[in-house]
Amino acid sequence: MNRRFLPLLMTTSVFVLGYLFCSFEFHNFATVRVICNLLTDNAFLGIVAVGMTFVILSGGIDLSVGSVIAFTTVFLAITIEQLSLPPVLAFAMILVIGAAFGAAMGACIHYLKIPAFIITLAGMFLARGLSFLLTTDSIPVNHPLYSTLNDVSIPILSGRLSLIAIVMLLVFVAGGILAHQTRFGTNVFALGGNLTSAQLMGVPVGRTMILIYTLSGFLSALAGIVFSLYTSAGYSLAATGTEMDAIAAVVIGGTLLTGGYGYVFGTFVGILIQGLIQTFITFDGTLSSWWTKIAVGVLLFAFIGFQRLLLIFWSPRNRSAESM
Amino acid sequence: MTSLLTLPTSTRRLVGIKGIPQIIGLGLVLLIDWLVSPQFFTLRMQDGRLFGSLIDVLNRGAPVTLLSLGMVLVIATGGIDLSVGAVIAIAGATAATLINAGLPVVVVVALALAAGVACGLWNGLLVSLMRIQPIVATLTLMVAGRGVAQLITEGRIITFVDPHLAAIAGGSFLGLPMPVVIIIGMLAITLLLVRATALGLLIEAVGINRRSSAYAGVNTQMIIMLVYVWAGLCAAVAGVVLTADIKAADANNAGLWMELDAILAVVIGGTSLLGGRFSVVMAVLGALIIQAMNTGILLSGFKPELNLIVKSVVVLIILFVQSPALKGIYLHARSRRIVS
Repeated sequence: MNRRFLPLLMTTSVFVLGYLFCSFEFHNFATVRVICNLLTDNAFLGIVAVGMTFVILSGGIDLSVGSVIAFTTVFLAITIEQLSLPPVLAFAMILVIGAAFGAAMGACIHYLKIPAFIITLAGMFLARGLSFLLTTDSIPVNHPLYSTLNDVSIPILSGRLSLIAIVMLLVFVAGGILAHQTRFGTNVFALGGNLTSAQLMGVPVGRTMILIYTLSGFLSALAGIVFSLYTSAGYSLAATGTEMDAIAAVVIGGTLLTGGYGYVFGTFVGILIQGLIQTFITFDGTLSSWWTKIAVGVLLFAFIGFQRLLLIFWSPRNRSAESM
Repeated sequence: MTSLLTLPTSTRRLVGIKGIPQIIGLGLVLLIDWLVSPQFFTLRMQDGRLFGSLIDVLNRGAPVTLLSLGMVLVIATGGIDLSVGAVIAIAGATAATLINAGLPVVVVVALALAAGVACGLWNGLLVSLMRIQPIVATLTLMVAGRGVAQLITEGRIITFVDPHLAAIAGGSFLGLPMPVVIIIGMLAITLLLVRATALGLLIEAVGINRRSSAYAGVNTQMIIMLVYVWAGLCAAVAGVVLTADIKAADANNAGLWMELDAILAVVIGGTSLLGGRFSVVMAVLGALIIQAMNTGILLSGFKPELNLIVKSVVVLIILFVQSPALKGIYLHARSRRIVS
């Protein structure tokens, strides 16, 4: 057994155990419909989390994703409903805008040597402020294409896999291939492992860095489109705190927050665990929603502590230096 | 120092005095405020208490100012505390719940502050003993803390009528509103702690190089623990002021996103996010700049939604100006001009 898979194994067993527990607790839990709903409800979070996985793998962080989602929903609502643009054109426009927004942040991080944390914080304010400026109302989207797209689904036994869930699964597959099978993915891991050595080895640091944030911006816009389909509305206060949920999913999924180690699949399990907690609370009915936050916080802490122990365990030579 | 030597004398003198950009910045913001609202600087005395837009800036800016007092020390050690917003909610929830249970106001405030200290201890333990990255360690409390606050309030917005607790935000002392007095008091205590003792120097040492300060005999774990406890305490004070102000505790929204404003205030104050040299007074000025901008936008009659955009643009300008890469380009251009 390769010890590199240990965090991933941990996460997966937590999910499986949690799922078994829930199934014993509520007899309707272990149905395809519940799983399909879980995927649909967390589709936008999953898509964002894939982008966040790349950012965190490279040792950075992107706080702007939630605001970009909100901006996307408002942008789509205004262009489709008030300017009567065809939705497909609006989708294409916002994907380009999202990617450009991410690229600009990546360029600031690389060329101006500003910490990713603070530049994406500014990006978060900017995107949220822009969506406030467009409108503070919640605008419903009634375009027929929306209902058509929402009706698309693949029936599986008792449930149906909705279009947005399919989009999320495809993004995860594509993200997995991009991270683990391509030159770009290797470069991302190299950046997260050690920026200086990556540079000395001839990894195109600047290009990779900008591409990572471009990818995150693009996926945030895509998640915004999915969110817009999911709620059929544009609202500038939508998706607040999504960035924290996405980071939590990535960390619970076993990716090291210092970068350089992790799996896209782990993030998928991280999303499933968060969804599982929410679903359990919905099923239970007596527990209030704040238990989700506490449970996620405790899990987050447990996994971070676990990672910490593994790191100390894996590098006995550094142990004396670590304890300073 | 070499970078300063290449600048012309006049610039060097200006840059040499610490905090000139922040003071000019605050001056500019206040000037704009005065232009949009001519009665901005008018102060009047009513019922033994000062009123006016300027006092309002101090009053409304109290929570973020208090947070920045703790945050600046945390950032100086090279850390960050994302949980202060959640600590505000916890302290507020504690205060409101206990006052309704009929406890005297002194005990209530003490227990609310103790809750903040406990949160700070938790963060400090994770960062110093378990050596977890600060951003991650405090993230767990940021996520779970709001849940804990809701647990305390049982998910409701708790209102109270106790006049003594409300006086913490609504009362006045020597004509100054209570929050302003609290700011001055906390600022004085913080300054005494870090500048009248060697603590400030040790904090900077840890921020610049944690390992070499440990080799030099600094108890780095204790220093790091202390700054997080202080940040927790400051957040709890802010939480009590905020709760006393609205006479209610709202676990969902109290102090929401305030940690970001506090970090912003510290950054505007010129303290590097990478740790090292810090200035408490400049961080307070930074917080006041943010609040003066907010108040200015409200007074000018622009949509308050503009606030976030103005804020982000200001951050971006400051980041560009502070960026080491940009400074390198500027110095490079200068030296070439001098040579030719």
